[in-house]
Amino acid sequence: MRKKTFKGGVHPEEYKILTEDKSFEFFEPEQVVISTCQHKGKDAIPSVKKGDKVQIGSLVAKENGFFSVPVHSSVCGNVTAINNSLNFTGYLKNSVVIKSDSTKEKCYLEPLDFNTVTPEEIILRVKEAGIVGQGGAAFPTFIKLSPPADKKIDFVILNACECEPYLTRDYRLLLEKTDEVLSGLELIMRAVKVKKAFIGIEDNKPKAIEILIDRLKGNKSIEVIRLKTKYPQGAEKMLIKAITGREVPPGKLPMDVGVFVQNVGTALSIYDAVTKGVPSIYVFLTVSGLGIKEQKNLVVPVGTSIKDIIDYCGGLTSDAKRVVIGGPMMGLAQFDLNVPVNKATSGILVLSKSEIEEREETNCLRCGMCVDACPLNLIPTRLVRFVQLNRIEEAQQLNITLCMECGTCAFTCPANIPLVQWLKLGKQKAFSMKT
Amino acid sequence: MTVERSDSLNQFELKISPHLHSGWTTKKVMWYVNLSLLPCVISAVIFFGWQQLFIIFTSIFFACGTEALIQKLSKRKISIDDGSAVLTGLLLALTLPPNFSLWATAIGSAFAIGIGKQVFGGLGFNIFNPALVGRAFLQAAFPVQITTWTMPNYSIDSVTLATPLAAFKFDKIITPLSSMLIGNVGGCIGETSGIAILLGGLFLIAVRIVNWRIPLSIIIGVFIFGGIFFLIDPMEYPSPIFHIFAGGFLLGAFFMATDYVTSPVTAKGMYIFGLGIALVLVIIRLFGGLPEGVMYAILFMNAFVPIINRYTLPEPFGLRK
Repeated sequence: MRKKTFKGGVHPEEYKILTEDKSFEFFEPEQVVISTCQHKGKDAIPSVKKGDKVQIGSLVAKENGFFSVPVHSSVCGNVTAINNSLNFTGYLKNSVVIKSDSTKEKCYLEPLDFNTVTPEEIILRVKEAGIVGQGGAAFPTFIKLSPPADKKIDFVILNACECEPYLTRDYRLLLEKTDEVLSGLELIMRAVKVKKAFIGIEDNKPKAIEILIDRLKGNKSIEVIRLKTKYPQGAEKMLIKAITGREVPPGKLPMDVGVFVQNVGTALSIYDAVTKGVPSIYVFLTVSGLGIKEQKNLVVPVGTSIKDIIDYCGGLTSDAKRVVIGGPMMGLAQFDLNVPVNKATSGILVLSKSEIEEREETNCLRCGMCVDACPLNLIPTRLVRFVQLNRIEEAQQLNITLCMECGTCAFTCPANIPLVQWLKLGKQKAFSMKT
Repeated sequence: MTVERSDSLNQFELKISPHLHSGWTTKKVMWYVNLSLLPCVISAVIFFGWQQLFIIFTSIFFACGTEALIQKLSKRKISIDDGSAVLTGLLLALTLPPNFSLWATAIGSAFAIGIGKQVFGGLGFNIFNPALVGRAFLQAAFPVQITTWTMPNYSIDSVTLATPLAAFKFDKIITPLSSMLIGNVGGCIGETSGIAILLGGLFLIAVRIVNWRIPLSIIIGVFIFGGIFFLIDPMEYPSPIFHIFAGGFLLGAFFMATDYVTSPVTAKGMYIFGLGIALVLVIIRLFGGLPEGVMYAILFMNAFVPIINRYTLPEPFGLRK
């Protein structure tokens, strides 16, 4: 067994102990708000109207052009409204509101045979089922699965790092749905016609590593790679670098270096969609943080509001201070608890005062800690200085647009400068200058 | 477009990720460094008497006072609680000879903060290490006083009334290594005890406040440049080991050269900076008029930091050849 990693990065406190031993619980709310913006690309177009009766798995919104995916109902009931609802990104998005009745009728796609399904059928099914990447970016998976003919893919990497603190979703999936995830990985390998796969996993999950190695005994095509526990090990570029030694150049995709990365949750969705016909309507997520009464791992229908989830988990503690969708390093803070979860939501965190202590910002000390920590070898301190002075061109020359906003720099900064905020601003200005 | 917002609006804090932080703050860093200088303060008291505490207190008091006064006059927030002015005062005091005049200490300390730091805009903006700026000023203004040495307590009889560096430079007397480690030799109050400085310096490296690259590259540099001359003529030039434990070398390498603000931010830059300090140091010590060269070596290399940073930018990920 090899143990690999990348240069830079940080070691935040993990907090995974809060939920790592908790099995998934299923919870269904009375009402879901299903956003037509569940993915990167164009929003889907609602195909139902107010008053329509829908079943679990019915199509509620069609894809809009190529770079888009369809959206399905996650409950059985009646469409009560089609309106603009707040999305977790802070934007208003066209949404289908469905009130659930208790009949639980299903309307799944036709199951396909695992052994005889062809690559074309897999890709089509992934598209029909509306599956998106569950690593965070929510990129339509079928597009990823159909690389241009001139790109030769050497490896598939299953991303089981889960390097964000608190989150234990992928870990629990590996423990509870080991075979489904591995079969999903096999389907991915078949779809992109690749013979070799790696499972990249951080060494803070010994139980999962043990189970995987046990299941893969005698299987030469899938290799488990033990990686050093370090944030952001699960970032696509870092993962590829650690496992294959290849570096994805700026503006390029993993397929440009012959690698194809998929998340554990995506692999499970693909398996369910192909063999059971289930569209992407369930969200596996971790609900954690010291600001919530009971930390849990949950399975909920797409469109469940975070308020319902928090209530199900016993509600907020008195010192709850910040609600975050996603992990603590890259997740988005929320101001309204009526926001629904979507296909790619991996966690809901309620952080308390003790976890997010206020610290005073001072002048930059030029200590270089951000430079040491940046996994992409950028100079955050200098980039931020240029953004502050509105010297965007100079920031661009130093590759500000390469920044992936992983947050390692701001995590490590002793002057507590909101580096990521400045970097985001700078990137936005740089992109708007280009167009 | 309006949206119905629930009552929960404003109940939650909105901030950009990351939501976790390492817990380090400027204040914490500065006070940790101050704390790590405690062994040096103790060695000063042991070898030169408790009167040296007056120098230390005077220096810190005037450093903080000057900082507060300038911040008040320029209508900025008074930030002496961040520990950085205390650190400048403390470092300056530790580089002064025993029983140095208190009013000269006060002037030097005020100069260090006023001209060394605040003139540039305060914390984070100065080019030169403020404590060394103050020290350089005192060296120029009080050349005799600042080279007047007192016999340390517990000294061995054979040790003359001079520093190990001066004894070697002018009389070719080699002070025993054990004395330089313990600290019962002539010198500035906080610089004589190798053990005390290493204790604090290694602590700072262990808690990752000080980047090991700078002290290590200075030491390697001294082995290279000092070693060359030692091999040429061991009678005329001292060994690299002597260079390291004599004078202000260790205090400079671990506490002065590693000052965040005045050292490079890039890894490669830190090596260049360290090697440069070693080269200048060896040249001054061996060929200059003064026996000691740590202060000028560091100040000299401070001036190169912006240009070192500029030419040692790392290749971004994916663009490396």
